[in-house]
Amino acid sequence: MDKIKEIEKDFLRDDIPDFGPGDTVRVYIRIKEYKEDPKTKELVEKVRLQPFEGVVIRRRGDGLNASFTVRKVTQGVGIEKIFPLHSPVIEKIEVLRRGRVRRARIYYLRERKGKKARIREKR
Amino acid sequence: MIGLIGRKLGMTQIPTKDGSMTAVTVIEAGPCYVLQGKTTERDGYNALKLGFGEIKARKLNKPILGELKKIFGERESYPALVIKEIRTEDAQNFKPGQELKVDIFQEGEKIDVTGISKGKGFQGVMKRWGFSGGPKSHGSKFHRKPGSIGQHTEPARVWKGKKMPGHAGMKRVTVKNLEIVKIYLEKNLVLVKGAIPGPNGGIVVLKKAKERSK
Repeated sequence: MDKIKEIEKDFLRDDIPDFGPGDTVRVYIRIKEYKEDPKTKELVEKVRLQPFEGVVIRRRGDGLNASFTVRKVTQGVGIEKIFPLHSPVIEKIEVLRRGRVRRARIYYLRERKGKKARIREKR
Repeated sequence: MIGLIGRKLGMTQIPTKDGSMTAVTVIEAGPCYVLQGKTTERDGYNALKLGFGEIKARKLNKPILGELKKIFGERESYPALVIKEIRTEDAQNFKPGQELKVDIFQEGEKIDVTGISKGKGFQGVMKRWGFSGGPKSHGSKFHRKPGSIGQHTEPARVWKGKKMPGHAGMKRVTVKNLEIVKIYLEKNLVLVKGAIPGPNGGIVVLKKAKERSK
């Protein structure tokens, strides 16, 4: 078992900030695109950063298996994205706001909108 | 085409370049030592006898100990916990005592892994052979049975080899064309994509893939 842990250690990232449920974060995802080069007409790989901003509603797992879910509401539609915490696709995670919540998984946000979906800031 | 004897350590997942996770099996492969080369002239076939894993000399029997002493000299322990023959055509290129490590494989290469599958005990026909069984409800009284096992007065018997309930698992299974995701040479570890037969800690044999997968 220890040897497996050692292997997993190689893939763990140490540049992840400390954040938890209730916090508002911005996750930058690396997206690969294949675009045609106007001169050579060849497909060139381009990496684009796409930010995804929202509230962390849960963190689960540990080690390489850890992941977190970010929820945001766009045009009245709730969008949730689950990211593996140690995924190489994540360029960086910015913590924008620390929220004070009283549960580890704030799924109740799904049933609320507008003023009721507010989260108090941590002092 | 040579191979290695190894031990299945367990499974985990590692990220790939495109960001998705891949399930991998961690195998401790080698170091194996050549104990004997078998040739067509003397033995009728070409093979290498390999030893893997340390075992104390006092736990070995005299015929094997005698062979090992000829190769390694007097020692407290010998690499002979598991002794297996691996068929190979270039057996004469190896000499007894030679060490084989995971560097005989490359990352990205396909290998075949052979092991003894986990024993399942006495199992019905659905688990053992994948029969579909019957409906679970709607008044059905036919759930996990095999159904008819033969024809009529002709042949008036059950064919030999008919798939029936019995002992499942605990048999030799080979999984072919598994991709090597990563190799740790100094730790003697191989990471293989997907699952391999047997429990964690089970002995497996790794060989270069015989057939190319399409």
